Amino acid sequence: MVEKVRVRATLNGEPVDFLVAPYVSLLDTLRDELGLTGTKEGCNDGNCGACTVNLDGRIVDSCCVLGAEIDGSTVETIEGMAEPGQLHPLQQAFLEEAALQCGICTPGFLISAKALLEKDPHPSEHDIRFWLAGNLCRCTGYDKIVKAVQKVADSA
Amino acid sequence: MHPFEYVRAKSVDEAVAALAKHGERARPFAGGTDALVMARAGRWELDALVDIKHIPETNILELGSSEFRHGAAVPCYKVYESPEISAAFPGLVDSASIIGGIQIQSRAGLGGNLCNASPSGDGICALIVHNTTCVIAGPNGKREVASEDFCTGPGRSVIGNGEMLVELKIPTPKKGFGAAYQRFTPRNEMDIAVAGVASSVQLDGNTIVSARVALAAVGPTPILSTAGDSLAGKEATADNISAAAQIASSEATPISDMRGTAEQRTHLVGVLARRTLERAVERARENN
Repeated sequence: MVEKVRVRATLNGEPVDFLVAPYVSLLDTLRDELGLTGTKEGCNDGNCGACTVNLDGRIVDSCCVLGAEIDGSTVETIEGMAEPGQLHPLQQAFLEEAALQCGICTPGFLISAKALLEKDPHPSEHDIRFWLAGNLCRCTGYDKIVKAVQKVADSA
Repeated sequence: MHPFEYVRAKSVDEAVAALAKHGERARPFAGGTDALVMARAGRWELDALVDIKHIPETNILELGSSEFRHGAAVPCYKVYESPEISAAFPGLVDSASIIGGIQIQSRAGLGGNLCNASPSGDGICALIVHNTTCVIAGPNGKREVASEDFCTGPGRSVIGNGEMLVELKIPTPKKGFGAAYQRFTPRNEMDIAVAGVASSVQLDGNTIVSARVALAAVGPTPILSTAGDSLAGKEATADNISAAAQIASSEATPISDMRGTAEQRTHLVGVLARRTLERAVERARENN
């Protein structure tokens, strides 16, 4: 019997303190233990980026991180992207540019794009496409997503 | 998935003790981008994953005048985001910047890429042509293995039960050294090499003092080709480089699979060997 481990971290700006089985991914920890189902499971093996979260300032695939690993860390998920009742400029631009269809990949794209614009407020189209290469979308053909990110970059 | 413990080791000794306790049912764990996938897929049945990211030695990233020390848990982005390291090692940047996407590069590193021992590992050939030495710790102390001897088969390496990679020791390039890695993939990013080649040269004027050429995805392990040796003492001319590329191509032992045929891979190795040698020579001339 493998015992659960205690994890204390900062999640979307709030302290969290919880128990999790040591073999459970951060993705499943967020969704099943902490009730934050905004982060999506796509491939569950580090290819599609649907489960992207920000861990200590870097974007990661949360399926390839253990929940137990975030002890002492800071995590941001899609739930923390904007104030309640409001939209982040990227979320607004995704709506305006129709940069989503089924929506499964969208939280991952938004978390990735936010990290890009924080690092580089005015990326080129090439920079955007390169940065978002770790996020797969099977609906949009990417152009609308790239345009939405460009729209926010241009208005910054 | 078989339930396993998570051990956050604070020292090499603590990590080795935890690994030795569980034998083949424990693995070192850094970026997790291979380890967690293997565990979930049932390819590895584990009782423990030993996190080596909180150990000072595995995080070392130190560019000295004669040696670059790269800890086993250093993620890819730290190589290409460091102005100092990326200027000294463009050949390593070639690899570190194409291992997965940005999410993967936040966690995965050249050390784990080597330990995963995939024949197509984008980092391994670059390490080989940089004459990298691998420092391994185990229950009997430390030992060193040349990077070209590290991989022993697909997914297999010299790392035994209770052992872990601690760091990579890479000679700091002298004037006239250049290296490059290129791969062929249908997609520019987030893809696995159909074939890849890394090359390095040490020039004295226009004479190649020494060269190394290593081949990815065309054999059960990355291959150190004799193409590099064939260039020693020769001028860095297009004809000599083409002849060496032919040798590299002839030493590829690829299989046909869903990514490409053996014939295509053999051809690609020749093209990539020529291009990476040319790029390595260009970089060597810039570094003078």
